[in-house]
Amino acid sequence: MSTENAKVVELISPFTPRRYRVEHVQRELSDTVTLTLAPVDGARPAFVPGQFNMLYAFGVGEAAISISAGGAGNGAFVHTVREVGAVSGAIARLGVGAMLGLRGPFGVGWPFLSAVGGDVVIVAGGLGLAPLRPVIHAILSDRNRYNRIAVLFGTRSPVELLYRHELESWRQRLDVEVEVTVDHADAQWHGHVGVVPSLIARAGFDPQRATAFVCGPEIMMRFTVGALRDAGVAAQRIYLSMERNMKCAIGLCGHCQFGSAFVCKDGPVMRLDAVADILAVREV
Amino acid sequence: MQELEQILAEHPFFAGFESAHRHLVAGCARNHRFDAGRYLFREGESADEFFLIRHGRVALEIASPGHASIVIATLGAGDIVGASWLVSPYRWNFDARALEVTRAIGIDASCLRCKCDVDHDLGYAMMTRFLPILVNRLHATRLQLLDVYGKR
Ligand SMILES: Cc1cc2nc3c(=O)[nH]c(=O)nc-3n(C[C@H](O)[C@H](O)[C@H](O)COP(=O)(O)OP(=O)(O)OC[C@H]3O[C@@H](n4cnc5c(N)ncnc54)[C@H](O)[C@@H]3O)c2cc1C
Ligand code: FES
Repeated sequence: MSTENAKVVELISPFTPRRYRVEHVQRELSDTVTLTLAPVDGARPAFVPGQFNMLYAFGVGEAAISISAGGAGNGAFVHTVREVGAVSGAIARLGVGAMLGLRGPFGVGWPFLSAVGGDVVIVAGGLGLAPLRPVIHAILSDRNRYNRIAVLFGTRSPVELLYRHELESWRQRLDVEVEVTVDHADAQWHGHVGVVPSLIARAGFDPQRATAFVCGPEIMMRFTVGALRDAGVAAQRIYLSMERNMKCAIGLCGHCQFGSAFVCKDGPVMRLDAVADILAVREV
Repeated sequence: MQELEQILAEHPFFAGFESAHRHLVAGCARNHRFDAGRYLFREGESADEFFLIRHGRVALEIASPGHASIVIATLGAGDIVGASWLVSPYRWNFDARALEVTRAIGIDASCLRCKCDVDHDLGYAMMTRFLPILVNRLHATRLQLLDVYGKR
């Protein structure tokens, strides 16, 4: 390949989707599925927990979707998709064997190595558990390097518990505290009722030594950040995953701008002290 | 009494409370144990005691005729249960049920109200602790109402 051609390939490649085949579909909730996607050409690239891919439903469009796990044997990407509109709906309706396009991984991940030696608090709201799942896997597979670990998960109701079996298996481990709360309970639910920030004051961690990773609807993150700060966790050790609609995903188009940062390349994981001012502003 | 004072001193609600005030509150306090399923209080009853949970879990519920009760929040160790004792006519607005064996300190409301009337500094200290809890619970209820996990 000539140098000129190589430059062209380099330039267009982040925009060129690669083909992936749906290997497995797991229905999680009435409007949410988890897809295992295997590359058709070549191997799937490496990723770090917290990154996302642009998934392209052919003929419909593209959407940013977090990587919710690396498939078994590192051969696939796992994505959990909620149907909210045309693109996410088309992706969520794909069956086993269907093809889609994939660009990525993009963005920076959770800086979980900075938490080594200290406590970790993971706070997820609803579908926000998806981008946090790979960091929970990474931390639990390297458990000895961390002190206390708390996973706090809030969702709307007991029927909307994402990754129910996995939550149960984490809960059975004695080396991680897992607390689940729902906003609205039914008579069969014996767990916590209330919003997820209310679990923070009761969770077992040392605020001076803890690093917090938070993902969920922005309003839930605002309240969670308040509770973490009240508990004594420093802003420099609180990380959030921000969501803004993506177009190019490589910092060119400005669609995802968040203050002076681009969520696609400077995020989606951002440190609280870098986004605190903007988090309080409506309709950024 | 001394033992109760010590327990109060260890409860987060009384963190930083003056020891003289704690002594006054301890005079209105007694130990409780509620087995799972037992009610700490029920809607409509007079609010003559409030509770500081030491261990266990308590559900705040609203009875809905013809339906199972609706749990609006669960509270645990370090939380306080009940604020109606502060506001006339001192009646509970919901049920509080122990979800598991729960140990709590009960504070006799009329005893404490009298002491607060006599010693306004004590009353003020109680208010500055109760109000943030009430405001936080109000905010939390608003967040619950917003249904933040739904499709936008
Ligand atoms: C970094 C990043 C990671 C994401 N990870 C996931 C994921 O793991 N799983 C997943 O299902 N979704 C994820 N999303 C959201 C996903 O990209 C959007 O839901 C999707 O683009 C919607 O496209 P659509 O055409 O289906 O819906 P549209 O027709 O564009 O929108 C339909 C409705 O959804 C709302 N909507 C659109 N985008 C968002 C958004 N970003 N957040 C909340 N509401 C939105 C719109 O306001 C509208 O009401 C992520 C977004 C970002 C930026
Ligand atoms: S999506 Fe284009 S700049 Fe971020």
